[in-house]
Amino acid sequence: MTTKYTSIEDLLACDRFHTDEKHPHIVVDSRRCAACTSRPCLTSCPAHLYTQDLQDGSLHFDHLGCLECGTCRFVCAVMGKQGIIQWSYPKRTSGVQYRYG
Amino acid sequence: MTQDTAADVIIIGGGIAGLSAAYMLAKEGKSVILMERGETCGSKNMTGGRIYIHSLKQLLGTSAVAQAPLERLIVKERMSIMSTTGTTMVEYTDVHATEEDFQSYSILRSVFDAWLADKIEELGGMILTGVQVEQLVEQDGRIAGVQISGEEILADTVIAADGIHSFIAQQAGLKNDLDTDSVGLGVKEIIQLSEEKINERFSLRQGEGAAHLFLGVTQGLSGGGFIYTNRSSISLGIVVDPQELAGQEKTIYELLQEFKTRDAVFPLIQQGKTVEYSAHLVNEAGLMSVPRTLCREGLLVIGDAAGFVINMGTTIRGMDLAVWSGINAAKAILTASSAREINEMYMKYTNETIIPVMERYKRYPKLLKNPRLFKEYPTAANDMMHAVFSVDSSMVPAESIKEAWKIAKKSIGIKHLALDSWEVLRSL
Repeated sequence: MTTKYTSIEDLLACDRFHTDEKHPHIVVDSRRCAACTSRPCLTSCPAHLYTQDLQDGSLHFDHLGCLECGTCRFVCAVMGKQGIIQWSYPKRTSGVQYRYG
Repeated sequence: MTQDTAADVIIIGGGIAGLSAAYMLAKEGKSVILMERGETCGSKNMTGGRIYIHSLKQLLGTSAVAQAPLERLIVKERMSIMSTTGTTMVEYTDVHATEEDFQSYSILRSVFDAWLADKIEELGGMILTGVQVEQLVEQDGRIAGVQISGEEILADTVIAADGIHSFIAQQAGLKNDLDTDSVGLGVKEIIQLSEEKINERFSLRQGEGAAHLFLGVTQGLSGGGFIYTNRSSISLGIVVDPQELAGQEKTIYELLQEFKTRDAVFPLIQQGKTVEYSAHLVNEAGLMSVPRTLCREGLLVIGDAAGFVINMGTTIRGMDLAVWSGINAAKAILTASSAREINEMYMKYTNETIIPVMERYKRYPKLLKNPRLFKEYPTAANDMMHAVFSVDSSMVPAESIKEAWKIAKKSIGIKHLALDSWEVLRSL
């Protein structure tokens, strides 16, 4: 796409992923996230995988589209409520596959 | 290599550090297995970025480096200091930039790393991709190999080159998790643009490149923007402190888009086509984050995993150090005869090459944490420029230098100016 102000969906659509829908490599504990008011993951995840439900304010997470940077691991531990209970790299060759890097 | 071992050396991670170690070891006839979790070496890696190639030349030799898929020889440095009211740009063209010892190139890691992996295979090294090391194998207190898919693979020496998080070095008890206060989050777009357009827009000759840095583009958050010209694409991105991101409304990708579409930036990339979006953490703690010891019996830690990154302010430098540490590890393995001696040699080489460089920049992290650097100073710089250059119908021209000084005093404050200057002098 000709470059302009680009939405996160369009940015991620540029990337190549091998998706593994069945095995999330990051697991969040929804009860802990419900109790978290700071939610540093919302603005710092570069793939915008952590979103807030507009109706009930609950936190949603989707592992597909993860760029494997590990930012959430830190901000959650330091500024959040340790809602990320598992953080690992995607298994085998799944996940993002950069062609340029 | 003994009967039980699969190779002399197992290397965890096919980034630039691991590949460098593998290349040198394979070249000198050691049996090497490099394990990379991505589909190809480089498929999980990204950089700003540019590489200073002095250490690469030492590793590969000048003629092989000439064959390497590097992008453009950087001859032009630009720095834009931006505020809401204007942009002040400094451009520097260095006649030394083309000399052997100073050369740096823009680089795309997925391309470069895959190329280097091929070279290693040509030398007889084994590259296993799509393989994730689960943990280290310990035998009688020494590291004897790695575990993949529940199976143990043994080697005389294991090299951990598994990047910034280095779960392997953590598991070995060599380092703690990263210091969250000192990480930056980098996001980048690759924007395809023809070679001619890039040459035109940055005033470059064929094969020459520019590095363009931007201060004051992160809405007051610690960080900055960058553009590197590749052969027929542009790397454009920002690096921001993720903790500061958390305290405000804007997401990191929104900040990136706002930077990209600014008046002083967009003309450089317009009509280009975004073909990739990537993100990576970068360690900005410098020497402080390098663990006291980088080895255990049977294990060496290199590259990003060892904390070998320097934030020089104008550039975050890690790849040349990664190559260096790969060379150091390989040299230690090639010259020493016991595990203990390997460790001693590795630490000796590290202390002779990498540590003195990091020592030189050890005060920089503190300097670059100064919040005024990202808002007040850029604003003052542009206000001063306004005072120097602008003319209007009503005003009796101010004595521009005096006026500029007044602006600096007013917007930053004498105390901060004095303290910041002192800190800068002390750090350089």
